[in-house]
Amino acid sequence: MIVRHGVNLDLVGEVSDLREDASPVQIGSEGVFDGKAFVVVGRIQYEHDLGSWNEWHLLFNDGSGGWLADAQLEYAVSFLTKPMGPPPAAEHLFRGARFQWFGVLYEVTTITKANYRGVQGELPFEYWGKERILFVDLRSPDGRFATIDFSESPPLLFTGRAVEFDELRLKNLRQFEDWT
Amino acid sequence: MSTVGKVKGLNCKNCGAAMQLRGFSYSLTVVCPQCLSILDAEDPNFKVLQRFRQKERRTLKLPLGRRGKWKGITYEIIGFQERTITVEGVKYSWDEYLLFNPYQGFRYLTEYQGHWNDVRTVRALPERVLGTKPTVRVDGKRFRHFQKATAETTYVMGEFPWRVERGERITVNDYIAPPLILSSEGTDDEQVWSAGEYTDGREIWKAFELPGHPPHRSGVFANQPNPHLRGSSSLVQIFVLMTLLLIAGLLSAYLLQENKLVYRSNFLYQPGQSPTAIATPVFELEGRPSSVELEIRTDLSNNWAYFSFAFINDDTGEALDFGREISYYSGRDSDGTWTEGSRNDSVVLSGVKAGRYYLRIEPEAGSNSKAVTYSLDVHRDVTRPLFFFLAWLLLAIPPIVALVRRFTFEHTRWQESDYASYGD
Repeated sequence: MIVRHGVNLDLVGEVSDLREDASPVQIGSEGVFDGKAFVVVGRIQYEHDLGSWNEWHLLFNDGSGGWLADAQLEYAVSFLTKPMGPPPAAEHLFRGARFQWFGVLYEVTTITKANYRGVQGELPFEYWGKERILFVDLRSPDGRFATIDFSESPPLLFTGRAVEFDELRLKNLRQFEDWT
Repeated sequence: MSTVGKVKGLNCKNCGAAMQLRGFSYSLTVVCPQCLSILDAEDPNFKVLQRFRQKERRTLKLPLGRRGKWKGITYEIIGFQERTITVEGVKYSWDEYLLFNPYQGFRYLTEYQGHWNDVRTVRALPERVLGTKPTVRVDGKRFRHFQKATAETTYVMGEFPWRVERGERITVNDYIAPPLILSSEGTDDEQVWSAGEYTDGREIWKAFELPGHPPHRSGVFANQPNPHLRGSSSLVQIFVLMTLLLIAGLLSAYLLQENKLVYRSNFLYQPGQSPTAIATPVFELEGRPSSVELEIRTDLSNNWAYFSFAFINDDTGEALDFGREISYYSGRDSDGTWTEGSRNDSVVLSGVKAGRYYLRIEPEAGSNSKAVTYSLDVHRDVTRPLFFFLAWLLLAIPPIVALVRRFTFEHTRWQESDYASYGD
């Protein structure tokens, strides 16, 4: 069970069962997306059958929030969006299904079941469960993507786009021995 | 700021050989360089996943652990796999090298018979384009389907961010837009798209400071750029330009030609009466060296005539000899009236200098009974379109040769695809 508080941030602290990974992003990393500066304030680590990925919680300098996904060093930035109607129900989602939000046509490319592995820093919610949640990823022909997150009812819709590492001009990253 | 240290060395659980992990926590499997066993890199005990009886160790063209600056980014070569497809009983294998940078992620260099590709994953959704041939579009570029095959992993070395398994089979579809290639790999549940760019092996050798030379290329690869494409296009452009210039030249030659009548006369030839040869009065040709046209018109009817000409410079005595045969026949049969030949003819002499000239004419006719009346017109400075046409034909040769080469290359490329033409 997750309780979200909109933009209110709760310090969830560091959770010991976070899997030690090699994401170059860390709390305190800074960067720029679409001309807006952000700082990384929190992290959710998800795990699924084939591995794990991070959703880094971003705080932009205008006070808004966002997410930076790092899945095996493939990066994407997304934001919680409110479509006109509720996102489609799970039974209508299969690979190849198409949906349109805000004039962009998306196609379902991956359906994943994952759970929270660990959290860290500041997040816009305070409790989390360890049960498996359905995530449906969609992509558009111009590199935009959307995720339907079934951790809440009605499900949440995140939209954003894939980004190149260099594009985010990230600073204060982790350092790796022999790699500078 | 935390610094992550290098993952310490470990020992193979199968043979005890020393091993090294280069891909941090991303590596899900690692292959022992000694016994080639595939180990579970996620398992704290590095459990053995696959063991092989035959231990054919290979020397990789790009050695594992080697670093180089590729496309402005430092990468380390951390994994290798050979994949094989079988087409009509023949096995074809290609190599895939996995490149890693802990900030920038993964990239691949692939090689088949000396043809290299620089491969990255595609994040946008490739769109299927409706049409007669299977085509997909990415970033506004259209890729034509080239081949569908089942690829089997036949050899692995090093580390991979997924669970590699020798013998694993996966469906691969290739689409091309040279120098790019787009590949989809996967099952019905998930498809992964990647895009490769055709790359000169020498660039890779330079970037990774490898000794010697890259392997020689053989054959034409799916997305190898057609070396005759640009050359043939520019030759065609030049040809079009030259054609326009020739047309302009021809038109201006027509407009500027003097086509001046310098001599005209009528003659009567009666066979059997002497003298047969006649000489014209001297006429003056002026201006720059230019052409002279002789036009002969006769009243031949079911008869032929042969005219021997001598074009003589009155000042120097220089003579140019030539002959013309003219014949004209007509009649009527079951199909109606018919004619054959022509009553008239013309001769063009080129580059004739200014001066005083006359003509000596000696006619001869087929029928001894009939008289032949003929007229002779001499024109100075006439345009001959034939020369323009010959020049145009010569100009057409280079673009035609280049186009033939270009289409031969494309034919060779597509012979390797699912769309090869048979029977030749």
